[in-house]
Amino acid sequence: MAHDTPKPLVLSNARVIDPARKLDEPGAVIISDGKILAAGSDAANQGAPEGVEIIDCGGAIVAPGLIDMCVSVGEPGHEHRETLASASDAAAAGGITTICTMPETDPIIDDPALVDFVLRRARDTASINVHPLAALTKGLDGVEMTEIGLLKEAGAIAFTNGHKSVRNAQVMRRMMTYARDFDALIIHHTEDPDLAGGVMNAGLNASWKGLSGVPREAEIIMLERDLRLVGMSKSKYHANLISTSDSADVIRAGKKRGLDITAGISINHLTQNENDIGPYRTFFKMSPPLRDEDDRQAMIAGLADGTIDVIVSNHDPQDVETKRHPWAEAEDGAIGLETLLAAALRLYHAEQIDLVTLLAAMTCNPADRLGLASGRLSAGSPADIVVFDPDKPWVLEKSAIKSRSKNSPFEDARFSGRVLKTIVGGKVVFG
Amino acid sequence: MSATPTHRDTPFPHRHLLGIEGLQPHEILGLLDRADEAVEVSRQVDKRKTVLSGRTQINLFFEASTRTQSSFEIAGKRLGADVLNMAVSQSSVKKGETLIDTAATLNAMRPDLLVVRHHAAGAVHLLARKVDCSVVNAGDGPHEHPTQALLDALTIRRHKGKIARLTVAICGDIAHSRVARSNIILLNALGARVRVIAPSTLLPGGIQKMGVEVFNDMREGLKGCDIVMMLRLQRERMNGAFIPSVREYYRYYGLDAEKLAYANEDALVMHPGPMNRGVEIDPAIADGPQSLIREQVEMGVAVRMAVLEALAAHLPNS
Repeated sequence: MAHDTPKPLVLSNARVIDPARKLDEPGAVIISDGKILAAGSDAANQGAPEGVEIIDCGGAIVAPGLIDMCVSVGEPGHEHRETLASASDAAAAGGITTICTMPETDPIIDDPALVDFVLRRARDTASINVHPLAALTKGLDGVEMTEIGLLKEAGAIAFTNGHKSVRNAQVMRRMMTYARDFDALIIHHTEDPDLAGGVMNAGLNASWKGLSGVPREAEIIMLERDLRLVGMSKSKYHANLISTSDSADVIRAGKKRGLDITAGISINHLTQNENDIGPYRTFFKMSPPLRDEDDRQAMIAGLADGTIDVIVSNHDPQDVETKRHPWAEAEDGAIGLETLLAAALRLYHAEQIDLVTLLAAMTCNPADRLGLASGRLSAGSPADIVVFDPDKPWVLEKSAIKSRSKNSPFEDARFSGRVLKTIVGGKVVFG
Repeated sequence: MSATPTHRDTPFPHRHLLGIEGLQPHEILGLLDRADEAVEVSRQVDKRKTVLSGRTQINLFFEASTRTQSSFEIAGKRLGADVLNMAVSQSSVKKGETLIDTAATLNAMRPDLLVVRHHAAGAVHLLARKVDCSVVNAGDGPHEHPTQALLDALTIRRHKGKIARLTVAICGDIAHSRVARSNIILLNALGARVRVIAPSTLLPGGIQKMGVEVFNDMREGLKGCDIVMMLRLQRERMNGAFIPSVREYYRYYGLDAEKLAYANEDALVMHPGPMNRGVEIDPAIADGPQSLIREQVEMGVAVRMAVLEALAAHLPNS
C-alpha cells in the first residue's frame, strides 16, 4: 500500500464506468491525496489540481478497481505456492485492487494474532489492499466457533469456513446467532460434506469417466438449510460459490423473504462447464465442481437479474505436488486473479450481460457487502481504479503468469479485454 | 435498614414452594418480612427456634451443591427440625423411573419437608405430586430456583429500601439459568424494571416477551442500572459451543470497573455463586465495595428459614 502521498492524477479521454451510480459516459477521473475528487463527464471540464500528472487513456474504460472476495494465498505456510506479494502482483495485473484472503493457510487464520500477522505482511509486501477473512470455526473443524468479536476487532473483514461447509446445523445456527451480535458477515461454502463425496459434477460425464459424482443437491440442500438458519438467527450471510440453477432459485426466494443474504459465484462457473475438463485435466478440478452448460447459462441469467451479487476469482494456487495426480487424488483449485476481468468480459462480448452489471459484481456489490468505501468512483472514495481496453486481444501464456502457481484453467486461452493500468490509493501499481 | 414489616402475617396458602411463578406479590413480601426477622434471629448467640421442632426435613440433592444444601440444612436446624442430607449420586440414578421410586421410598419415611434439587426442569414438580409432605424447589434444571430469587430480593430491599422501580440488569447465561427465570418473575411481580444482558447464544427464545429489556451490548445495558446481577457461566458452555472463548466472553461480558462505571454510581453487584473470577467478573469487583455477594449468602439462610416456617403452617397436625 502507498506510504507516501502520490501526486495528483488525471485520467483523461476515458470512458468512465461507475457501476454504483450506473454511470457509463465519456469523461475523466481526477485523483488527489489518494482519493477520487471527481469522475465522469463533469470531471473532464473541471480544473485539475496543481502539479497534476495527466494520463491520456485513449478512450479506454476507467472503472473502480476490482474487489475479489475469495482469494487463497499460500502465506503463511505454503509460500512456494503464493505469497501475499506474488498474489498482489497477480491481482494488480488483473485490475484487482482489493482481495479478501481465505483463512485456509498453515496455520489457519483463527486467532486475532494471525489476522494481525496477515495485515502486517500485506502492509509490508503487498501493493494492493488485503482484507483477511477469519476462520469461522477453530482449525476450520466445523465444531467450535472462533472469537468473532476479537477477530473482527483485529481486522477480519468477514468469517468463513473456507472451502468446507459446517456440517452440524446446530453449530451453524449458534455461530450465526453469535455473529449477529457483532454485525459480522458469514461467508459460507455450500456443499453438504456427506453428499458431496465425489470428485466432479455427478451425471453422465462423470459416469463415463469412471469418477464419483458430486450431486447438485449437495449444494442445494446445504444452501436451503443455511437460509432457514439465517431466517432463525436474522444474521448476515453470503453464499460464497453457488453453481446450480436451483441454487439461484433458492437465493431468489430467500431474498424475496427479506433475508439479509447475498450470493457469489466463481468466474470459472460462469465461463466453463464440465466438458472443459477434457482428458482429466486437473486444473479444472474445483469445489464446487464445474457443472453442465444448462447450469452455466442459469448462472449467467442469475447474475444478469441480480440474484447473484458477486463474482470472485476463487484464486487457489496449487503446485505440481498437489495437481499432478490422477484426477480423484488431485487437489481442488485454480488460479484466477490475472484472468478474472478478461474472462468476465467474455460474457459481455457474448452479449449476455451489460458492462455496468458485470462490473458491479466485482466492484460496488462486494464493497457494499463487506462495508468497504472502495468499489466506486464517487468523490471521496479511495482512488482504487482499473483502466482497461475491453477489446484488446491477448493470449494467456504460462510463462507470463505472475502468480507463483501456474494452475490456470485458461492456459493458452484467447481473451478480448486487457488491463492497462491499475491504481491503488492514487498510486499506479501496474502498467 | 429493613422495610417496615407490613406483610409479616400474610397467610402463605401454598403447600409447596416450587417456583416464584404463582406467588402473589403480597405473599412474596410476606416471606421477605419473615426473612428480615430470621436475619435478626441468626445474628443472636442463641439462634434456635422451635417452630419445626419434631419435624423431619430431608435435603434431596440429585445435583451437588455445597452452598445451597448447607444453607437449607442450617435454616432447618435453626428452626428446630431434624435434618437429613441425601446426596443422590447421578451415576446410580436411572432417570424417570428412579425419581418416582425415590419419592415413594422417602415418602414412606414420613418426612415433613423435602428440599429437592434436580438437574431436569420439572423434576421437582413431578416429585411433589408423589409425596405427602411439603416440597421446596432448590433448583430444577434451568427452570426455577425460588429461594435464590427471594434471597436476592431480600438483599436488594435491605440496601435500597424497595424493589419497585429499581432497574436490575441480569447478565450472562440467561438461557441456562434457573436463577434468571426466578428473578425475572419475582422482580417483575414487585415492580422492578428488569434487563437482561447476554450474547444472543445465551438468551432463550422469546426472551423479549418475558418481561425484560434485552441488550447484547453490556455497556448499553448497564446504563442507569441500580443492581447488576451476574450469572455463573458453566464450564461446558465456554469453549466454542455458545461463546468462542473465556477471553472473548470476559472482554464483552465480564463485569469490570470500566463496564460497571456505566451503571448508576450507587449500583450494587450481586452473584448467586459460585463465581468464576476472571470469566464473568473481575475479582476486584467481586470483592469490592459495591459487591453484595457475601451478604447474599447470609440472606440465603434467612430466606430459607422464612420459607420453611411459612410452609410449616400447612403441615398436617400443625
